[in-house]
Amino acid sequence: MTANKPLALQVRGVSKSFATPEGGEVRALDNVSLDVAEGSFTVLLGPSGCGKTTLLRCIAGLESPDGGEILLQDQRIDTVPVWKRRVNTVFQSYALFPHMTVAQNIAFGLQMDKLPKSEITRKVEQSLDLVKLSGLGGRRPQQLSGGQQQRVALARALAKEPEVLLLDEPLSALDLKLRRGMQLELKRLQQETHITFILVTHDQDEAMSMGDQVAVFNEGRIVQVGAPRDVYLRPSTSFVADFIGEANLVPLTEGSGPAVIAGWGPVPTAAWAGDSPEPAPGRMTIAVRPEDVTISADPSGRFEVIDATFIGGDLHTVVQVGDTTLASRQPAATAHALATGGRCEIAFRDGSLRVVEA
Amino acid sequence: MARQRTQARAGQGSWLAGLPGLAYLVALVLAPLVIILIFSFLSRAKLGVGVRWEFTVQPYVELFYTESLSGERAFDPTYLQIFFNSVLYSLITAVVCLVLSIPIALWIATRPPKWRTLLVFLVTIPFWTSLLIRTYAFVIILNDNGPINGALGGLGIISEPISMLYTPFATIVGLVYSFLPFMILPIYASAERFDFRLAEAAYDLGAAKLTVLRRIVLPAVRPGVIAGFILVFIPALGSYLAPELLGGGKTSMIANVIAAQFGASRNWPFGAALSVMVLVIVMLALVIFAVIAKRTSRRGSGQSLESLL
Repeated sequence: MTANKPLALQVRGVSKSFATPEGGEVRALDNVSLDVAEGSFTVLLGPSGCGKTTLLRCIAGLESPDGGEILLQDQRIDTVPVWKRRVNTVFQSYALFPHMTVAQNIAFGLQMDKLPKSEITRKVEQSLDLVKLSGLGGRRPQQLSGGQQQRVALARALAKEPEVLLLDEPLSALDLKLRRGMQLELKRLQQETHITFILVTHDQDEAMSMGDQVAVFNEGRIVQVGAPRDVYLRPSTSFVADFIGEANLVPLTEGSGPAVIAGWGPVPTAAWAGDSPEPAPGRMTIAVRPEDVTISADPSGRFEVIDATFIGGDLHTVVQVGDTTLASRQPAATAHALATGGRCEIAFRDGSLRVVEA
Repeated sequence: MARQRTQARAGQGSWLAGLPGLAYLVALVLAPLVIILIFSFLSRAKLGVGVRWEFTVQPYVELFYTESLSGERAFDPTYLQIFFNSVLYSLITAVVCLVLSIPIALWIATRPPKWRTLLVFLVTIPFWTSLLIRTYAFVIILNDNGPINGALGGLGIISEPISMLYTPFATIVGLVYSFLPFMILPIYASAERFDFRLAEAAYDLGAAKLTVLRRIVLPAVRPGVIAGFILVFIPALGSYLAPELLGGGKTSMIANVIAAQFGASRNWPFGAALSVMVLVIVMLALVIFAVIAKRTSRRGSGQSLESLL
């Protein structure tokens, strides 16, 4: 973690509710807290409607939180109007001004800062260079491709040299190939400019490849924060385990003595991950990655293969265990004898089982 | 070639389809204009109504000069003054309508969609009643004993009633009232298509509210503003009821003078000459609007506004 670095942004206990058209209320943010280190790349990850964009808009000032505080460089900003915050946003729709040229779009924010003309011209050129669009300053946004418009939106926000740059699903409108390139590009821009980036996405691959820190959202709360590797390897809840990568969520049967996987048997000590929490009442679910489940063909085995499919060089197997199913992914060469409807035995790789909150 | 002829482009029917419209324009727009133009160069009938078929430029001379009984010509700005007032009142009307309409139109455009329909409907409600009746209503409202003076007097703000009726103020109030919907609706039509995320982006880049309005919202609704300005200015220039009923004849506008020439004064050629002048002023105004629209569109928005004119 980056706890030793000074914090660019602190979110403390922020809540926000919206009225629904039916007259009800939706809790978009429920007591959310988050620290963002200076110069870091933080990704807010979660399914749509989980509140991540609402948090971004609260930081930008486009929504005002119902409660809690937001601090930028240790100064409260949640009461400061949006146009006075040293925070800028790259919008999902890009929101480029159609009646201005690319250069005018970039200059707009600088004019608001009342910079001298020569300074604005210089910074516009510099920003266009930064996003590799030199020479296109005279074009209108509608004359550019989606990827180029994306870069203009980035240049426009970066030209202001914000304390924190907010990116709201910036890549979702791009096709897959372009998106991959832009992920690397964003990473490069962040490292070159040393500006703190906070990016919202629902794409876990994007979060994993770009973030220094990932905050996983679900239903208006942050369920886990950490480095991408930590979040992947040590999910704390079943939601995180399932949302980031794939995971089998297997119930344990309650009782005294060693934990028992329903329909499989007592868990061998070696199978537990070293830092897994102890099972406890209300925390009786195990998460295990498909690649950590080994299925072996065994005519006298206790389990039935429901499905076995080759995908690439891997065999994807689904096995019935008690009331649930267990998915496995293993190199095809080690599991050639497995077929749908066959009998089998299941083993868990050492150190692979982890107790998670339901 | 043959293929080209048989394959007319969609929506581009035969020229015959244009005939009814063309006939309508010729019979009801072009022909009266030509008659007016001809009448304006004819002599006044000695007795009764009508014209005498004798060519003269006398009606146009009458616009600028008066002839005394001894036959001396002297420059007389009376009619020029009326033209000037008409243009001035119409411009004030258009500007007041514009200032009132922008907040109303933007407010309607930012309501939830189901409310918008209702609000637009409310804007059009005045059209349900005749303009004559609605203008008469303002005679009552602006009267010395009307509700405005009554309320101000009752609150002790004024001791004497303010005389508002039969002033240029009353005329302009009537004109603004009559033409406000023609400004609100086109601006609303533009504002409704405005992507309010652009305003959010401008706020985010450090623009305060008025700057966002001026630099982002107004350029986007400018086609509506120009359309509304034309739709208000031109009919206001030719309006008859408001100056007649609310201006009390003292602050006549050009339409009242024209009506008088064809009515009481029985000077048809002069009435025709005044009408031709109005036509010239309207055409000049349209050219000016077109030039302004073209210049601002080249500098600012890429949308073509010439199409509106």
